[in-house]
Amino acid sequence: MLSQHLVILPILIPLLAALLLLLPWGENPQPYRRAIGLTSCVALILVALALALKVQNGVHVYAVGGWQAPFGIVLVADKLAVLMVLLTALLALPVLWYACYGEDSIGSHFHALFQFQIMGIVGAFLTGDLFNLFVFFEVLLISSYALLMHGGGKSKLRSCLHYVMLNLLGSSLFLIALGIIYGITGTLNMADLAVKLSQLSQDDAAIARVGGLLLLIVFALKAALLPLYFWLPQAYATTTGTVAALFAIMTKVGVYAILRTFTLIFGEHAGASALLGYEWLWWLGLGTLAIGGIGIIGSRDLRLIIAYLVVVSVGTMLTTFSMNSETSITAVLYYLLHSTFITAALFLIVDVIAKQRGKTASRIVKGRRMAQHGLLSGMFFVAAIAVIGMPPFSGFIGKLFILEAARTGAQVALLWPLVLGTSFLVLVSLSRAGSRIFWHNFNGKVGDVRHAKGQLTAIFLLLAAVVSLTIFADGISHYIEHIAEDLRNPTAYIEASLGGVANHD
Amino acid sequence: MEALFSITVGILTACSIYLILRGRSFPIVMGLTMLSYAVNLFLFSTGRLVLNQLPIIGNQAEYTDPLPQAFVLTAIVIGFAMTAYTIILAVRVRGELGTDEVNDPQAKDGEGNR
Repeated sequence: MLSQHLVILPILIPLLAALLLLLPWGENPQPYRRAIGLTSCVALILVALALALKVQNGVHVYAVGGWQAPFGIVLVADKLAVLMVLLTALLALPVLWYACYGEDSIGSHFHALFQFQIMGIVGAFLTGDLFNLFVFFEVLLISSYALLMHGGGKSKLRSCLHYVMLNLLGSSLFLIALGIIYGITGTLNMADLAVKLSQLSQDDAAIARVGGLLLLIVFALKAALLPLYFWLPQAYATTTGTVAALFAIMTKVGVYAILRTFTLIFGEHAGASALLGYEWLWWLGLGTLAIGGIGIIGSRDLRLIIAYLVVVSVGTMLTTFSMNSETSITAVLYYLLHSTFITAALFLIVDVIAKQRGKTASRIVKGRRMAQHGLLSGMFFVAAIAVIGMPPFSGFIGKLFILEAARTGAQVALLWPLVLGTSFLVLVSLSRAGSRIFWHNFNGKVGDVRHAKGQLTAIFLLLAAVVSLTIFADGISHYIEHIAEDLRNPTAYIEASLGGVANHD
Repeated sequence: MEALFSITVGILTACSIYLILRGRSFPIVMGLTMLSYAVNLFLFSTGRLVLNQLPIIGNQAEYTDPLPQAFVLTAIVIGFAMTAYTIILAVRVRGELGTDEVNDPQAKDGEGNR
């Protein structure tokens, strides 16, 4: 009986945990809350693994309330959605573990907001309905507004205000896009849209394309693509380390939404609207790469560098995606996994560095020696190598996949120099930052802030994820190739979504 | 009716964009609220404008589409929560930073100084 409802469990677990967390837990609530939060994250990993096994033999559809698509809302678990859920769960556990060493107590309701955030993210991955996607976006956004302000402080206020206002505008645009698409096709079920869009007349298809491009704008805002990325560096650089680490998945929600809608709905089979927006993604992605590189080299704060690394990774992924081949989608997905773990790890490492250095925090200036100097420099070194894309870690493999995906001469001529050039800029600025922070120290007193081994374990876990991405690169890339194949031929997804009772085991 | 409806939505959207482009938080919040009104009206019209009909199929020949009404209801609820949060945030910004400018070029913690 339970296996029938497995698809909705990843949404229910964080929801129930969040509701439990909101209960008053007496004088000293934090231990209970930590236990509930961590249990929920572990349960999410287990459920995601069970789902991953289940979707091996086909797409699984859950009709919420028993209403069949396209009339009701369906949750669709295919390999891509489940992979993203698993990624979220694997990211959430170490990040929450890290937060449980005190950072969860500097503001109220951290644990509940964290679970609501997970619920929104997971829901956005699993839903098969565009309006439901909007609702889950709002769930994850409103918790992210509050999480961004976690701990308070003046520096966070302004960037949070920008973030909130931009995203409210984005939500309005999302609704307009949904209205346009619904007005033309009469459905918002993704699979049904994929069918209906190819049957539109020329005039109707023109309007549907407007809706599609508006959707692209909304998702690009979430993913932080070139003209819409300005909110990101400040927001990520000023918020607390744990929240920034969790937000490593947030831009990927935008990337996922683009991957899903622009292969399934506006993909090659969409008739007059086929391959909508791919040209835009190519050029804007390249622009994002270049701007991100400039931002990295111009930053005087290590956290800001990491924030710009997020921008660069988004540019890399969307440019690669716009090349529209199986190899390019494989490259995007592999890079997505890699960049989520490594950015989260880097945000946490920088958070530890900033705390141990005291007043100089993460600014790239001469400072005092840290209490755990050797350990931290080692972790930073490993993470830096991985994120730059030097062998032997997954960054190298990811970049290799991306370079390999460029096929035509024009693609090679533009993509190679930009990807390699940005990697070089990252190399330069990370080595500059590392040498300044770890080698140029005052001779005086060594810092006295120490972090518990348990807390550092969280970072080791994230780094271990990066290492295992490297070790199991072969198996993972085979698995991802299947996903890419499914994305380019969405017939199975469409049939399962619209198939009705037969597929609803 | 269609013309009147679309002109209303258009004017609301235009006014809201003007307000959002102002540099101060209060006009922006007003603009965002107004935009959500415009969006709600627009969503409502996506099921086509029909007068005096039930949203039930089968009772009579003509009916009005119930789905956009459900969309609008959801959008109103979400928009309400978001507006409340933005207003509180704007008040906090005004109180803690002493200015309601959304972008303060003189801010000491600006990106250029980091």
